[in-house]
Amino acid sequence: MEIVYTDVLIVGGGLAGLRVGIGAKRRGHDVLVLSLVPEKRSHSAAAQGGMQASLANAVRGAGDNEDVHFEDTVRGSDWGADQAVVRMFVNTAPKAVRELAAWGVPWNRVRSGPRDAIINGERVTLEEREAAHGLIDARDFGGTKKWRTSYVSDGTGHSMLYTMSDQALAERIPVHDRMEAIQLIHADGRCYGAVARDLATGELKAYVARATCIATGGFGRLYRVTTNAVINQGIGAAIALETGVAELGNMEAVQFHPTGIFPAGILVTEGCRGDGGLLLDGNEHRFMPDYEPEKKELASRDVVSRRMEEHIAKGFGARTRFGEHLWLDIRLLGRRHIESKLREVMEICRFFLGVDPAKELIPVRPAQHYSMGGIRTDHRGESRTLAGLFAAGEAACWDMHGFNRLGGNSVAETVVAGMLVGEFIADFCDEPDNRIAVPTALVDDTLRSAADRLRAIAGNEGSENAFEVTAAMQQVMTDKVGIFRNGADLEAAVAELTAIHRRSLKIGLSSQARGANPELDAAYRVQMMSKLALCVATGALRRTESRGAHYREDYPQRNDRVWLSRTLAVWPNAAATAPELSDETLDVHSMELPPGWRGYGARDHIEHPDTPDRTAKVEAVTAGTEHNDRFAVQDALMPYTHLLPERYRGRNERIEDGKQ
Amino acid sequence: MSETGATRTLRIHILRYNPQDTTSKARMQTFEVAEAAGMTLFVALTEIRETQDPSLNFDFVCRAGICGSCGMMINGRPALACRTLTKDLPEDITLLPLPVFELIADLSVNTGRWMRDMAERLETWVHGSDMDPDVDALEAPMDPDRAEEIYELERCIECGCCIAACGTAHMRPDFVGAVGLNKIARFRVDPRDERDDRSLYELIGDEDGVFGCMTLLGCADTCPKDLPLAEQIAFLRRKMLSAARSV
Repeated sequence: MEIVYTDVLIVGGGLAGLRVGIGAKRRGHDVLVLSLVPEKRSHSAAAQGGMQASLANAVRGAGDNEDVHFEDTVRGSDWGADQAVVRMFVNTAPKAVRELAAWGVPWNRVRSGPRDAIINGERVTLEEREAAHGLIDARDFGGTKKWRTSYVSDGTGHSMLYTMSDQALAERIPVHDRMEAIQLIHADGRCYGAVARDLATGELKAYVARATCIATGGFGRLYRVTTNAVINQGIGAAIALETGVAELGNMEAVQFHPTGIFPAGILVTEGCRGDGGLLLDGNEHRFMPDYEPEKKELASRDVVSRRMEEHIAKGFGARTRFGEHLWLDIRLLGRRHIESKLREVMEICRFFLGVDPAKELIPVRPAQHYSMGGIRTDHRGESRTLAGLFAAGEAACWDMHGFNRLGGNSVAETVVAGMLVGEFIADFCDEPDNRIAVPTALVDDTLRSAADRLRAIAGNEGSENAFEVTAAMQQVMTDKVGIFRNGADLEAAVAELTAIHRRSLKIGLSSQARGANPELDAAYRVQMMSKLALCVATGALRRTESRGAHYREDYPQRNDRVWLSRTLAVWPNAAATAPELSDETLDVHSMELPPGWRGYGARDHIEHPDTPDRTAKVEAVTAGTEHNDRFAVQDALMPYTHLLPERYRGRNERIEDGKQ
Repeated sequence: MSETGATRTLRIHILRYNPQDTTSKARMQTFEVAEAAGMTLFVALTEIRETQDPSLNFDFVCRAGICGSCGMMINGRPALACRTLTKDLPEDITLLPLPVFELIADLSVNTGRWMRDMAERLETWVHGSDMDPDVDALEAPMDPDRAEEIYELERCIECGCCIAACGTAHMRPDFVGAVGLNKIARFRVDPRDERDDRSLYELIGDEDGVFGCMTLLGCADTCPKDLPLAEQIAFLRRKMLSAARSV
């Protein structure tokens, strides 16, 4: 069996993984990337609408800065986020956009002079500033105070991924595609790489590395209805869980996107609503202002998705043979706008629905979209319990999204995390203490154990069918661990998922084909995915409150007094059928923005006892430093700059700087 | 299923061959599938794998027409299977893997290696003077129209349809194809890339590059993204001829 040695092993060839690789490679370390698919086909390419960064070039972004982006993100997270990580993120996001601009992303640019726009259903003319001409433009997105989302038509992720992948090529970073990491090599709390399976030949290889970084994205395919690509099965998170040592965080925090096309679940971007599109019900009535008078269609995704389902439940959906849905109306944006700024939406509507969105309504309904949870790491992206294991992007929970992610913050996170974690991994590898002496017996044992698992499936005369077990899991997750959750359904879900996990261990194969074998792929994956599903469901059952995207009908209030915490999951006993869960408490006294009302959604949360005290302190500090600059205020409230790699501590320049 | 008519039974004929398996022989296999409303080939093939033959190999990733994984020959034409609706096809549907690319098994081909080789040869990245820019400073401005012009050519998803449809690519294994030439056109309009036509001529100024094209236009006919491939190749050829004359 083959063993490959490298300094940094990256599992996942999307935006986050590639950017981590470029960072580590530029610091002089050897990097190798494993990818399920040719890296330019990674799911990062599917990000349509854009990337948030407070550049403040567009006139509706004027006055934007890190502070505003910080507050929007923390409110969006429903106070679940690690605020220091959010600070690191918002300070680095403008740098990420600018770096990509130099590397080749053709960001849409501001055109000075009059600009037609649709705001709140009305056609308005904005006046773009002369000084901003040719700088990077922004569009509006949900849950944000400013127009902050940099974009390339509605192919933002595609452009970013192609540019990033081409830079990785320029840096001579090898990518081994159709390789799936299926088991981590680790001992005594230290990770040494991974065993991977070649999906084309079926062969196993061991990759031994000083640092291993998982950047495999989310786990949307635990659900039947999802916008996610078919490769988003969460296997990266699952192999971390299967170490029995690494922790997963907030797995119950699952986002549903308001506008999956109905019934296929394919995404149409939030940019549709950001650019002025409206949500209509079965009577073609615009219903969002009735529920959310302030943010309307542009409240955060968790809120909009819930309002949509609530409205359907009241009987206002449009009915079809497949069930009920609502309408997205972008006709008012005009054909010219749609054909230039919403081209993918145009194509998706044409090919999958036979609809011309410049003339007709688009059938939509919320669909699973994003995993806020993932491998729990510190602010450097390293697991807190398994040294040498890093994670970045959607696969990670470092944790900047808390219980709800804002649109445009995910592609931004991939690149920002890539930049930061790339530096931290390079620091880690520079450290002489982090050199490794790996016994070949350990590598051999891991290879053997991975091979045994596959052999057990291939050799077992099991009665269960891999595809049926997977479909059963996905149905339970969509029916009982979805947008609206309650104790009875979640208890049933846990019981059913436990049974499904047991069934997954009895899967037999009808085909013993050598080489590529999709049935075997599905068999070992569902054994892992059912464990993740149990983490999501048990976490959701245990969390008896509603926060962000986690909504309990039987506990509709956010309860800071009890649940201002992150859920941690570990799976120490391989034979167990449930994870061990615990809480990681969030400290109100260290928060720059103490918990409060988000500005949309429900107002009736249960306060944490420390909140009034902290709020008073924050107000005193803010008032006391009135004459100082905003940086001093921020630093007095929650110092974070020291957490950043030195090269990314600089302040971001804006055209407005000269005028302050 | 048509809006009014009865459910059709589709007969899907698929090339089966697994080169990893020494006992495998290339053959056509027919599967019958009951057509459903809105059915795409993604849905039909997934159903075949999950209910009829779990060993069937094919590639889908996004299933939304944006990632380029699922190019295959559909009744003789290269196209993206995920966004091909069965209602637009006859009852007999023949699916073959894309030619030119290395076969992995059945309908799955290795486009990844082909595209990476091409990208390395053509150096499909911005060759700029400052690839480690001061990221704190304002970005360099760009003409808004120029940015849109670059995106127009950057919409290629490397699905390989243009290669499968290309007479030259079938005969000449190192031909970079419309996908490669379009990339050069994309970097050529990008002011951040400092390569001039003379250096681009070094990359594509031969029969594996722009002079290999026989103007059969299969690329332009089959490109799922409607990229202006014929115009771009003609334009590049003229520019490369001028560059050659100026040597």
